[in-house]
Amino acid sequence: MSEAPTLDMADFDPQDLALEDIDVSQRSIWIHDKKMAFFERLRDEAPVHYCKDSEYGPYWSVTRYKDIMEIDGNWQDFSSEPAITILEPEEDFPLPMFIAMDPPVHDEQRKTVQGSVAPANLKLMEETIRSRTQRVLDDLPIGEQFDWVDRVSIELTTQMLATLFDFPFEDRRKLTRWSDVATADEESGIVESEEARQAELYECLEYFTRLWHEREEQGERSDLVSMLAQGEATKNMTPQEYLGNLILLIVGGNDTTRNSMTGGVWALNQNPGEYAKLRNNPGVIPNMVSEIIRWQTPLAHMRRIANKDYVLDGQTIKAGDKVIMWYLSGNRDERSIDRPNEFIIDRDKARQHLSFGFGVHRCMGNRLAEMQLRILWEEVQKRFHMVEVIGEPKLVPSNFVHGYTEMQVVLHPH
Amino acid sequence: MPKITFIEHDGTQHTVDAEVGKTVMQAAMDNLVPGIDADCGGECSCATCHVMVNADWTGTVGGPNEAEDSMLDLNPERAANSRLSCQMTVSDDLDGLIVDLPEFQF
Ligand code: HEM
Ligand code: FES
Repeated sequence: MSEAPTLDMADFDPQDLALEDIDVSQRSIWIHDKKMAFFERLRDEAPVHYCKDSEYGPYWSVTRYKDIMEIDGNWQDFSSEPAITILEPEEDFPLPMFIAMDPPVHDEQRKTVQGSVAPANLKLMEETIRSRTQRVLDDLPIGEQFDWVDRVSIELTTQMLATLFDFPFEDRRKLTRWSDVATADEESGIVESEEARQAELYECLEYFTRLWHEREEQGERSDLVSMLAQGEATKNMTPQEYLGNLILLIVGGNDTTRNSMTGGVWALNQNPGEYAKLRNNPGVIPNMVSEIIRWQTPLAHMRRIANKDYVLDGQTIKAGDKVIMWYLSGNRDERSIDRPNEFIIDRDKARQHLSFGFGVHRCMGNRLAEMQLRILWEEVQKRFHMVEVIGEPKLVPSNFVHGYTEMQVVLHPH
Repeated sequence: MPKITFIEHDGTQHTVDAEVGKTVMQAAMDNLVPGIDADCGGECSCATCHVMVNADWTGTVGGPNEAEDSMLDLNPERAANSRLSCQMTVSDDLDGLIVDLPEFQF
């Protein structure tokens, strides 16, 4: 039999395809924003779905909330090694990081750094983050169009990372660049080639190695570089491991929070009734932050490899198979979430969403992200009647980072 | 019904009637006790239902199970008497139980 030509999913209504032909990883449905209808079909008809061939090889899609929870909570049977996205890692350029390690090594490395973003430490950072947020907002033009992604979302998340690493403030946009480069591939247009990508990441390593040596000797400090340089489980890391863990913290904290900052504005613009609720009751902000993070789901998926044959919803996942947990789909599962397609800022049980994952890999920065977003909205509401979105935001062409490259807005003061 | 007392970090006490067979986490949620988030809804997968068991009760209650232990480890503020309240089932033996709530859930 000759090989069938690959179907372009974006050309089809999901209902018109045979289930076995569906491939939700195809970039075209992400670029044209058609993925939600595909996920709905899978949730209803094939919640544990096998795609036998894709750009990334064969993989299982798990699309219901409860099934995702079951897999995420089970590190014994579902390994995070060697990588956590659908894309296979570069064999000649491994980036070991604890998000892609199983216990016990995962636990040892995570314990070294998690204190930096635990609530007690965040309380100390809150005032710095608030005053920086105020400065960024106060510098924005009023009544004039500008890109919210660049001026607010990227700027604020980059400043937050610089604070966490105690990174030279004037060089902070390097962090943004490294984060983009780390998640880039040749089709993304961010780097010209894999070689160029690796060269930039080595530059990142060199820069941080300098900081490491400075801080090794400096006694106890609470920034992340010092914690890695001085922690028992991390101080003897190889350079490649150091780079891997830096990239984890840079990427983990960057794209995700950035896209929640943009996504919240976009969601409120599409739901004027919710925007009115917010104006009348700023006390709803903490709850709204959780709803924004659910609605946006900044990371669309995480992947696992089955350690043994495992039966889920009547399907047998074989040992060694690649399993994709589509958080974006689980967060729209009406079996677990009431009116999941609606954005409801005072939603009951808003914290119960999949965006941070669950189990031993549950997002380490979740409280930091929530704090950042809470402060942003508290300060935005003090200043502006409305952040009005002009046109539609541009989407990141990715099935992993679910976010925006640009969103034009105009500010209307009170 | 057994009574359970939750003490917030600032000292505020909440004594609630807990239904036998439900979890201590559910008893807190059903009675709107603040300070427990329970983001995973009781699946032992988020560690945001963390409580510290009063010294008089640690013997009766016992220590964490294996899965619970690995989740508790994700919290730098874990103490020797830490438990996840969704992994504690209410029974008549727990009548009068006292647990402290941490300053923050993480
Ligand atoms: C809204 C913002 C964020 C979202 C949606 C998000 C999402 C996630 C997800 C889905 C995971 C993997 C969970 C799993 O495999 O079960 C994760 C892990 C992680 N995140 Fe976040 N994240 C956010 C913000 C942050 C921030 C601000 C940091 C900064 C420190 C961060 C650092 C990490 C780290 C270090 C891990 C690995 C944890 C582990 O493997 O134990 N994240 N995050
Ligand atoms: S409710 Fe999530 S671990 Fe107890």
